[in-house]
Amino acid sequence: MKIIIVGCGKIGLSIVKQLIIEKKHDITVIDKNQDVINDITNNFDVMGLVGNGASYSVQREAQVEKTDLLIAVTGSDEINLLCCLFARKAGNCNTIARVRDPLYSKEIQYIKDELGLSMIINPEYAAAVEISRLLRFPSADKIDTFAKGRVELLNIVITEDSPFADKTLIEVSKRVLSDILICTVERGEDIFIPNGPFILRAGDKITIVASAVNSREFFTKIGFDTHQVKDTMIVGGGRMTYYLAEILLKMGIRVKVVDSDRERCESLSEMLPKATIINGDATNQEVLIEEGIEGCDSFVSLTGIDETNIFLSLFAKTKTQGKVVTKIDRISFDDIISTFNLGSLIYPDKIAADYIVSYVRAMQNTIGSNVETMIKLNSGRVEALEFKITSNSPIIGRPLMELNLKRDILIGCINRKGTIIIPKGQSVVEAGDTVIVVTTRSGLSDIKDILE
Amino acid sequence: MNIAVIIYTLGRVIALEAAFMALPGIVALIYRENVWWAYFLVALLGMLLGLLVSIKKPKNMQFFAKEGFATVGLSWFLMSLVGALPLFISREIPNYIDAVFEMSSGFTTTGATILTSVEDMSHAANFWRCFSHWIGGMGIIVFLLAVLPMAGSVNMHLLRAESPGPVVGKLVPKMKDSSQILYLIYFALTLIQFVSLWIMGMNPYEAICTAVATAGTGGFGIYNDSIASFSTPIKWNVTIFMILFGINFNVYFLLLARKFKAIFKIEEVRAYLGMILLSVIIITLSIFRTYAKFGDALTDAAFQVGSIITTTGFATCDFNEWPSLPKTILIILMLTGACAGSTGGGLKFSRILIGMKAVKQEVNSFIHPRSIKAVEMDDRALDKNVVKSVCVYFVLFALIYFGSVFIVSIDKYDMVTNFTSVLATMNNIGPGLNAVGPSGNFAGFNYLSKIVFIFDMLAGRLELYPILLLFAPPMWKKH
Repeated sequence: MKIIIVGCGKIGLSIVKQLIIEKKHDITVIDKNQDVINDITNNFDVMGLVGNGASYSVQREAQVEKTDLLIAVTGSDEINLLCCLFARKAGNCNTIARVRDPLYSKEIQYIKDELGLSMIINPEYAAAVEISRLLRFPSADKIDTFAKGRVELLNIVITEDSPFADKTLIEVSKRVLSDILICTVERGEDIFIPNGPFILRAGDKITIVASAVNSREFFTKIGFDTHQVKDTMIVGGGRMTYYLAEILLKMGIRVKVVDSDRERCESLSEMLPKATIINGDATNQEVLIEEGIEGCDSFVSLTGIDETNIFLSLFAKTKTQGKVVTKIDRISFDDIISTFNLGSLIYPDKIAADYIVSYVRAMQNTIGSNVETMIKLNSGRVEALEFKITSNSPIIGRPLMELNLKRDILIGCINRKGTIIIPKGQSVVEAGDTVIVVTTRSGLSDIKDILE
Repeated sequence: MNIAVIIYTLGRVIALEAAFMALPGIVALIYRENVWWAYFLVALLGMLLGLLVSIKKPKNMQFFAKEGFATVGLSWFLMSLVGALPLFISREIPNYIDAVFEMSSGFTTTGATILTSVEDMSHAANFWRCFSHWIGGMGIIVFLLAVLPMAGSVNMHLLRAESPGPVVGKLVPKMKDSSQILYLIYFALTLIQFVSLWIMGMNPYEAICTAVATAGTGGFGIYNDSIASFSTPIKWNVTIFMILFGINFNVYFLLLARKFKAIFKIEEVRAYLGMILLSVIIITLSIFRTYAKFGDALTDAAFQVGSIITTTGFATCDFNEWPSLPKTILIILMLTGACAGSTGGGLKFSRILIGMKAVKQEVNSFIHPRSIKAVEMDDRALDKNVVKSVCVYFVLFALIYFGSVFIVSIDKYDMVTNFTSVLATMNNIGPGLNAVGPSGNFAGFNYLSKIVFIFDMLAGRLELYPILLLFAPPMWKKH
């Protein structure tokens, strides 16, 4: 597919990184900054173009008329919209724009329809949704959804006192008797796609796949709290805080926002009349203790500075048993950050890039490949892919245990017209189903790729 | 420095070269020459060695600019060393340094020879010499990227290190597609020339050798008098194709994409064609009295200009005998070379243009000290770094040039020979003036000079840095 990406900031770069792995796309990137373009063309197999992406002549140089998709992710909402508008007229291509001003967010649907955009992405809003999902279900570290939310992939850590520690998967499934499947186990540096005799250890990070209903049941059975949090404390009063507070308040969660900027606090209080807004410096421990960090059910650090967020979360972990969520914008030392006790990590740019990339995949379906959605787990080392099964697929009509699957591949879930089936060896895939495949291999593009 | 990746890539290059080496072996079989075993033996060993080294992908694929430079520099050295083996073990060139000189001259598309009589060589040897021009013309790494692309950053760093010109870009977003388009254009043009030469009366062997040597802008001839004994239409054919191969290949891509307007925007190509026209007119006017027919003078002038400006190095007459004005013009053309992004060598027209514009801007800044003006090319402002790197390139070029002349002057030849022989090798032209003129050769130089020439040819083809960096100790530090 021919794709133009306008703006090579953090999101643009994330998108390039993810799309380039698939090797199927011809990508042209446009940015005003020569250095950014030099850097990206040195490191990735893409074409670079220096200029204003909203200019018609630049777009024509990028061959917009032959392009299938234009993604505008510059820092400016207006330029992004203008880019898409021109590309739509000149190239008649699909367009995705990043629009993040809360002022526009209420009019998203109108803008999208009027300008003929295929998708509008608001990274802050997307991240806020992700955080709200975590707060609704605090036992999980990370939750991804498939099949329009019917299937969930949840990350949990096996603690010392967990009933699962030192048990084989067969014993675990006998014990919980729920329709769930443990699909990946991360232990230190290694990632396993486990089979029956695999023994879980304390400290393992496991990913389970379950239908949304069953996952609650499963967590209750193993003695985890499945209630959503009652209150939350958010530090930092930016756009993401606004979106998050709005969602949480609608869910009936009490929200307390701490920010050191008086004016911002005032405008937040106007926009969020139900929230408690505290004007204070959260890097001062006293302020947090005074505002009751010790008793709060959850703590979210959303300031604009990653280092501050990390320290706040580390501090919160020492003060509260509740759920802690940390936002990381820029710092790229993933390996080190994951060794800290920071609760759940949120990377807004990666979330936005994931949304866009999954749209690209869906578009690709109409052209050839049939990956419906794809989610990366365990910092990109595991992929969960949703495939649509056609009537000529080689895997239909036979029990799964008879299929000669490649190593490191697991069929995690079958979605039959909305009914979620967690597959067993005897399960049979039918035409019209969608299946979710979990794998440590990358580059699967068709369901037949899972067979030897 | 990630040595594992470099060795892995070198393995692929050697395997590829070995595969090409089977072709002269086949030529030897066709002409029933008893040297066929040398080519097949080296090809077989090269394939084995190359595949053995590159069978396992190294774990650490970290690849930065310095690895790119080192890989490309070493590849070309190694290619010349391996390419010289069949000539050496078949005893056609009994001295290994001579053989390496001949093959570096081939791969770098120089066309300078240490052979006093090429007609005594076997058909296989002559084919291999000419065909090495074709391999080297577009670059073996570009070929490698067209057939076996590697992970993301590796590709770009390799291409950047091998491709000539101040700014290296791709034609289309994907490296593999870009390399394939380049080779497709290259192959198609070569094929057209081969067929047309055949129709014009060359035998197939002559036609293919001449076509591949022209395509790479190399200049190895298969006859002692180069192209002189062929008919006038063939001379014009070669002239036109030399000039075509000296044009930036972007032009052909734009032609294929039907963007005719964009072609006229490329200043470099305009300057290049203008320079050819001007030189031909002046040289014709200054030599036509010595010819019986005006047409012959024009043919010779055009051929020599085309041959020198594209750094091919064929000859149809001994321009050593010409008066000094045409000789001076030829020396200027030796310096400028052809367009960036072509198969030709030299400083490249785009560099000369950028350099002259930078001079103009500097002069202007004395008159209007507060004026700010960007250096423009093809209707767009150039990055300051590009202008700077062009200026530095000139300085570096001069340093290496004079350093080489100094070492070569230890030898027994006169000034003109020394100066033009280094220019002819460094800019990958082939013939110079006096002792290394079209009728002369490099056989008489001592081995020290020959090694300097080998270095100059490789440095010139790869635009100095990849070869120069190989000799910088910090490059090889592990961290």
